[in-house]
Amino acid sequence: MNERKLTGAEIIWECVVKEQVDVVFGYPGGAILPAYDALEKYRDKIHHVLVRHEQGATHMADGFARASGKVGVAMATSGPGATNMITGLATAMMDSVPIVCITGQVPSSVIGSDAFQEIDITGSTIPVTKHNYLVMDIHELADTIKEAFHVARSGRPGPVLVDIPKDIQNQSIDFQYPENEIDMPGVVNPPGATDEQINTLIHMIEAAERPFILAGHGIIMSEATGQVIQLSEQANIPIGTTLLGIGGVPASHPLVFGMMGMHGETWVNQAIQEADLLIACGMRFDDRVTGKLENYSPNSKKIHIEIDPAEINKNIHVELPIHGDLQTVLSQVNPLMKKQDNRSWLRRIDSWRKESKGKDIIHQDTEMLMGAHVIRKIWEGTKGDALIITDVGQHQMLEAQYYEHEDPRTLLTSGGLGTMGFSLPAGIGASFYEKDREIWIIVGDGSFQMTMTELGTAVQENRNINIAIINNGYLGMVRQWQEMFYEARYSETPILSPDYVKLAGAYGLEAFRVEELGDVIPTMRKAQKQSGPSLIEFVVEKHDMVYPMVPTGADLHEMIERPVKPSNGKLPSEKKESVL
Amino acid sequence: MKQTLIALVEDKPGVLNRIASLFRRRNFNIESLVVGKSETSGISRMTIVANEVDRRKRGNIYFNLLNLVNVVAVKDVSELACVTREFIFIKVQAGPDKLNELNQLVKKFGARIVDMGLDTVIIETADEKEVIDELVESLAPFNISEIMRTGKMSMRRGRTHKVSSEKINATAEEVNWQPEQIHTYHN
Ligand SMILES: Cc1ncc(C[n+]2csc(CCOP(=O)(O)OP(=O)(O)O)c2C)c(N)n1
Ligand SMILES: [Mg+2]
Repeated sequence: MNERKLTGAEIIWECVVKEQVDVVFGYPGGAILPAYDALEKYRDKIHHVLVRHEQGATHMADGFARASGKVGVAMATSGPGATNMITGLATAMMDSVPIVCITGQVPSSVIGSDAFQEIDITGSTIPVTKHNYLVMDIHELADTIKEAFHVARSGRPGPVLVDIPKDIQNQSIDFQYPENEIDMPGVVNPPGATDEQINTLIHMIEAAERPFILAGHGIIMSEATGQVIQLSEQANIPIGTTLLGIGGVPASHPLVFGMMGMHGETWVNQAIQEADLLIACGMRFDDRVTGKLENYSPNSKKIHIEIDPAEINKNIHVELPIHGDLQTVLSQVNPLMKKQDNRSWLRRIDSWRKESKGKDIIHQDTEMLMGAHVIRKIWEGTKGDALIITDVGQHQMLEAQYYEHEDPRTLLTSGGLGTMGFSLPAGIGASFYEKDREIWIIVGDGSFQMTMTELGTAVQENRNINIAIINNGYLGMVRQWQEMFYEARYSETPILSPDYVKLAGAYGLEAFRVEELGDVIPTMRKAQKQSGPSLIEFVVEKHDMVYPMVPTGADLHEMIERPVKPSNGKLPSEKKESVL
Repeated sequence: MKQTLIALVEDKPGVLNRIASLFRRRNFNIESLVVGKSETSGISRMTIVANEVDRRKRGNIYFNLLNLVNVVAVKDVSELACVTREFIFIKVQAGPDKLNELNQLVKKFGARIVDMGLDTVIIETADEKEVIDELVESLAPFNISEIMRTGKMSMRRGRTHKVSSEKINATAEEVNWQPEQIHTYHN
């Protein structure tokens, strides 16, 4: 038997190594000092990334997990280190991302005494974690960490936090890694579908005249791209994706019609509203995709294939609920599915698409540089094959609309929580997995200023990332709502930016500013040539809006489309005053 | 009718906190919760009564509970044959002159007098909610000064619904529920 005397701190790293983790994002401090001291012995196996803020560590672990499908790991000290992780945990929770956060805690003897930097982090994070642990006995440490990874990646994945008091890290025991299989009665593997369910599903598809597939994040997590496309091709069913479903099915596929929801394509929303059968695959009918619930796809029967039974029948009543892993269920369905003819339905959706395309900014000349045009150029300049990480706001929706993704895990974005500041750290995290694709971080001027402190991390770690700041001088998405619903009172949305070129210069980076459409690609080429981080600031039209849009409280098909351009070439929403 | 759930949960610190947190965060109303050791060591059995009539929401409560890592099994027994009890202590102000009358009343309800002070009496009973409500009402004239009451405990009638120590695997049939018919894990 391989028994050695190890400290708790060493056991932490032993367990992390056993999970095949080779990169950890973290920040040291008093209560986690023993673990950091022991890290020295594991340097050959684990690369530690020193972040600039613990929120950054959680987003990096998150970005790493989304890009790789593996569990991301973050580490922090007790108290403020741990509380700084809450936003990142919540972000991962809402988007079902498997991360494990390890925090130091004050010594077990003083827990409960309001000791220096003591925070009840397990109590605080119950609502934003899938599960969490406070380890009070060194003999339980290894089992607990092993369980934490298991919980994070099993079923519907999610974040798990393990809180370890300092004295537990310092104690030592004769250690042997628990090789036994994990036995957790509370964590159940989802079943496949029953024969009856499969038959019903097939019957419903055969009976439908206007079926439509709703493709969600579950496709990517379950790696069910092939199965979804096969079903779609075999039965001729058009597909729309959610924001997090982007990349789950190739955008260029003739049966893939684009994104649904608040800023989705008009023809996709129209198709959902007129469908007589919805097949929801690994998605959760979020309010951003349904519009007003009462009138959501009123004439359709609904099938919901979902790994989390608590999502089934939560927002939308469905006729056929199937609790299970998407890939497993569709592998049961596909061999039995016969060819269907839905030509007239597909033609109808296509005609809506043709009608709508004319209103698209992408087909219009503008004097100002438009965010949409920049994104489209980035798509061209990367041949549609980059790993894109976006932040939150107008630029995020523009990315979803104008960057066409062919592969799973090529768009990482905070969908459920909409966490501004996500992109730079998540992109840094992803770069530790993605070695082949170019990485582009598309970020608004507001969002960038939330976590731009991680530029330091990117430089210190010499990450090969490209940062594209879409600078519109505003918290643009909020400004859009103010323009539409608050009579254009721009309360606290104009935002000052630093000189980003100089800022990057302070970190020793060469950076670029682009104000003309013609300069986008040439400047990208310069950035692409640099090894290490590069930064381009795109100065874009301040008053642009993201169209189309379903206003809150409206039905899904009641979309506001872009007003057709007046003849002087100025956008109708353009205001003359300068905000900065 | 209220929703009654029986849950088997791991006997670990913070489990109650997780359940309370779930109900609070999802805006589910707990009416009562009773918990204690079960026949299996390391596992507690709980009866939870929730104030939700909508079937879809009831299903959602059920599955959210089941999703908790420390929750081993849940059974919705709202519509199943169960023995149900609540327990109550009632302190009334009653001197020796009232004892006779009080004794008769207590007997009628199958309750017991468990303590007699100078001018106070403590009565206890375990019964169904309606009977207890009635007892409390009947005791009102005696000047009730304190009530201590538990929530509802339920146990299914008939054959043993026992959780074995082995892993409980949900089959498709048990978990895939129609809104009209909530199938659940055995417990
Ligand atoms: C942490 C956080 N705070 C506030 C918001 C609300 N919010 C959503 S979008 C947005 C504006 C984003 O501005 P910017 O990054 O410049 O992107 P733009 O919309 O201009 O493209 C704000 C403030 C949020 N999503 N996250
Ligand atoms: Mg902006």
